[in-house]
Amino acid sequence: MKKVISVLLIGLLSACASQTTQPTAGEEKPAAQAAAAPVAPADPNLNPILRDPNNILSKRSVYYDYDSYVVKNEYRPLVQAHAQYLRGNAGARVLLQGNADERGSREYNLALGQKRADSVKNAMTLSGAKDSQIESVSLGEEKPRATGHDEASWAENRRTDIRYQGE
Amino acid sequence: MLTRSRQSSRHTFTLALLLWLICTPLQAALDIEIFGGGATQIPIAIAPFAAEEKLKQSVTAVVAADLQRSGLFRLVDASGPALRDPRQIVYSDWKNRGAAALVIGSTVILPDGQVEVGFHLMDVAKQVQLIDHIMIVPADRLRAAAHQIADIIYEKLTGDVGVFSTRIAYVVKQGNKYALQVADADGFNAQSIIEYSEPIISPAWSPDGTQIAYVSFENKKPVVYVQTLATRARKAVANFKGSNSAPAWSPDGKKLAVVLSLQGGSQIFLVNADGSGLQRLSQSSGIDTEPNFSPDGQSIIFTSDRGGSPQIYRMPVTGTASGAAERLTFEGSYNVSPHHSRDGKSFIFIHRSGARFNVAVQDLATRQVQLLTDSRFDESPSPAPNDKMILYATEVKGRGILAVVSSDGKTRQELSMQVGDIREPAWGPLPRTR
Repeated sequence: MKKVISVLLIGLLSACASQTTQPTAGEEKPAAQAAAAPVAPADPNLNPILRDPNNILSKRSVYYDYDSYVVKNEYRPLVQAHAQYLRGNAGARVLLQGNADERGSREYNLALGQKRADSVKNAMTLSGAKDSQIESVSLGEEKPRATGHDEASWAENRRTDIRYQGE
Repeated sequence: MLTRSRQSSRHTFTLALLLWLICTPLQAALDIEIFGGGATQIPIAIAPFAAEEKLKQSVTAVVAADLQRSGLFRLVDASGPALRDPRQIVYSDWKNRGAAALVIGSTVILPDGQVEVGFHLMDVAKQVQLIDHIMIVPADRLRAAAHQIADIIYEKLTGDVGVFSTRIAYVVKQGNKYALQVADADGFNAQSIIEYSEPIISPAWSPDGTQIAYVSFENKKPVVYVQTLATRARKAVANFKGSNSAPAWSPDGKKLAVVLSLQGGSQIFLVNADGSGLQRLSQSSGIDTEPNFSPDGQSIIFTSDRGGSPQIYRMPVTGTASGAAERLTFEGSYNVSPHHSRDGKSFIFIHRSGARFNVAVQDLATRQVQLLTDSRFDESPSPAPNDKMILYATEVKGRGILAVVSSDGKTRQELSMQVGDIREPAWGPLPRTR
C-alpha cells in the first residue's frame, strides 16, 4: 500500500512539475520538488542522479553570448556528462529547449533558439549520444526565465535547457 | 438613389467593452493634421446623427474615428444641431468650415427595438448628394452599422475598398495567461478564440477568413495548429520532431508554408492545409523563416541569415529547384518579418536602425525603402486588405499595444485595448459577403 501511495505521489509531483513551467516561474521550483520525492530508481527517466545537486548532471543550462549559438568551453564538461549519461542509458530521452532574448522578431528569435538547442544536440551526438535520444526545440523569446528588460535578463535568457523525459 | 440594406448578424460575438484610445484627441485633429498629414487628405464634416443620444452607442463617433484612422480624411468641425434632411443644409456654412464632403444622418428606434440608421453624403462644393442610404440593425449591432457607413463613405470618396468592417487577430498576455483574440478592425468587440497558460504566436488568417493558423507552445515546444472560427475545431497541421512555426497561407488557402527544424536548421516547408503532403521548400544551412506568399502564389519572401545577418529574400514556390533565392534588402543589418502588400508591388517589414525596430516598406521594382514609424520596438506588421493601412505591434511604457499607420507613414494611431500585453497582430481579409 505504501508503494502505491508513493507511486501516486510521484505521479502528482511530476504532473505538477510539467504544469508549472510558466514564463516567470523559472525551473528551480519543480526541480526542487522532484528532488525531494522518493524517485523510483528502476525508471531511467527519473534517475535520482539527474537531480543530485553534487552531480554535474543536475546542471541543465548552457548560456550564450549575444547573437551567438556556440557552446562555450565552460559548458563542454556539462554537455559531455549528459551525452555520456545518454550513451549509458539507452532508454533515456532529452528535450533540449533553446531560448533567445526579447529583442527583435519573435519568429526569428525562435529560429535563433533552435540554433542554440541544435548546437547542444550536435555536441551531445559527437560525444556518443544517439540522435534518436535527443529532440532539440526552441521556445524563442516566449518563455523568459528573467523578465527584466536589461542586459542581465537578456543574458539569462540566451540559454539552452536540458530536460529529461518524465521531468 | 435610395438603397436599403439589412445588416446581417454574421458575427455573434460576445461583446467585451474595450477602450479605444486615440492618441491625438479628436478635437485637436480638427485643426491639426496628425503627424503632418498629406495634402491629399479629404476634409470631411460628419454632423452628429439625429437622435443618437437615445442610443447606447454613438454612430457618429465610430464613423469619424474610422475615417480619420485611415489617414485619407481630415475631420472638419461639425458641431451644431443635427441635420435630418439635405434641405436643411446651409452649404456656405460648411464651405466656410473647410469641408469638401458632409455627412448628415439620423437614427430611429423602431417598435421592435431595432434601429433604423440613415445617412446622406453630400458634395459641399457642388451641393449634390452622393449617397443616400438607410439600414435597419439590431441595437447591439450599431458599431457594425457605423463601420459599414464608414466603408460606404470611404469607397465613394476614395474609389478604393473600405476595410472598417474587417476583423483583426492578435495575442493578449495577461499574467501567465495567453489568449488568441479576434476583434473588429478598431479593436472593439474582442472575443477569445483560445486561451492557454502557454505562449501563442504568429496567428495567420486563411484567405477566406474562416480559419486561423497559429503556433502554440502548450506541448513544451512550438506546434502549428489550424483552428476553424465557427466551430472552434482545431487540428495540428505541423507537429513534427523539433520546432514547428511561422505558418503562412497560400493565396488559394490550400497550402501552408511552415518552418520546421525537422531536417536540421530552421527551413521552410509546404504542407497541405489538412497537414498532409509535406514538402521541403528552402535549402540553406542557416535560418530561413517568416515565409509570406506573393498574391499570385508563385513566390515567397522570407527572412534568412544565410548572408550573415537576417535579411529578406525571395524565392519561387513552383517550377525551378528551390535554393534559387534572391536577396531583396540591403540597408542595415537586421531586416525581418516581411509581408507582401496585397497588390504584390511592395512588401512591408521590420527594419532595425541602431537600437530601434521600425515598420518599413520597400518597393519591389525600384527597391526604394521608406520608414513608416519611429518608435522603439515595432514588430509584426500586417497590411490592411486595401494596403492603405498597416497594423503592427509596438510598446508603450513596457506594455505591448497595437497601432495602425497609414501606408504613407503620415497618420499613426494606437489601438489600445483595456488590459494585458498585446502582440502578434494579423489583419483579416475582407468579409466574404462583399
